[in-house]
Amino acid sequence: MSLPPDEDAPLLDALRAGDERAFAALVDKYGPSLLRLAQLYVSSRAVAEEVVQETWLAVLTGIERFEGRSSLKTWLFRILTNKAKTRGQREGRTLPFSSLASDGDEDQTAVAVERFARGGAWATPPRGVPEERLLAGETRARVEQAISALPPNQRAVITLRDVDGLSAEEACNVLGLSETNQRVLLHRARAKVRTALERYLEDA
Amino acid sequence: MSTTATRDLPCQQIVELVTDYLEGAMDAPLLASFEAHLAGCPHCTHYLEQIEATIRVAGTITAEDLVPEFRAGLLEAFHEFRQH
Repeated sequence: MSLPPDEDAPLLDALRAGDERAFAALVDKYGPSLLRLAQLYVSSRAVAEEVVQETWLAVLTGIERFEGRSSLKTWLFRILTNKAKTRGQREGRTLPFSSLASDGDEDQTAVAVERFARGGAWATPPRGVPEERLLAGETRARVEQAISALPPNQRAVITLRDVDGLSAEEACNVLGLSETNQRVLLHRARAKVRTALERYLEDA
Repeated sequence: MSTTATRDLPCQQIVELVTDYLEGAMDAPLLASFEAHLAGCPHCTHYLEQIEATIRVAGTITAEDLVPEFRAGLLEAFHEFRQH
């Protein structure tokens, strides 16, 4: 099986050659997402910034031996989660990823049971999506808010998949999840964020 | 991979299968049953559209830029690294 070309191959080559602009370009491209992910594991933004810095140093140290069997993006995010987990453990934080499938809401359904009639047909069905309102900044803010209210493992999965645009396989590799767990977490996360979006769109 | 008998599924079960559907994680009989249900059910179609809208809106969220001091610190670390 041949690998798809890494979108970052040119930057990676330049970075290997010691090009500072390539480093700055990668920092600008991935730094904000890395920092956001790190904050799920550690207690403060300051500590998260240290984790991000350690991650970049590990990249510089490891780049000679990096063979590109995973994409640069996957490698980078995986280094970050390893370091952030270690750091979070040292801080005595309960690890959000220690028991992955269980986050205390196994019983949860995608949609509140009251919305269905007996037999499982809709009693209170969802309405059509007002496309023109999706582009509004306020709608985005509500979705962002709903994501930040999720348990950390659901939040990490939906952020990597739907916000950062990683594939399912990449998200599994970054978070060390099985395909099934990744899908379950994504399902719960999207269902809750949808509920918030629906509520917002119907209120106004 | 989700597998189920191909009888018609109730709406309440359809909403739990939406992620498997979007992730391409259904076997052929279940996929056929799911798609047949959607074709005849505007409510579940709206549900799926809302999930797709959720994904689309999430995709427009951007992470805050790094604060300039932090970014500068990273570039400085790069220089130090290069000197060793």
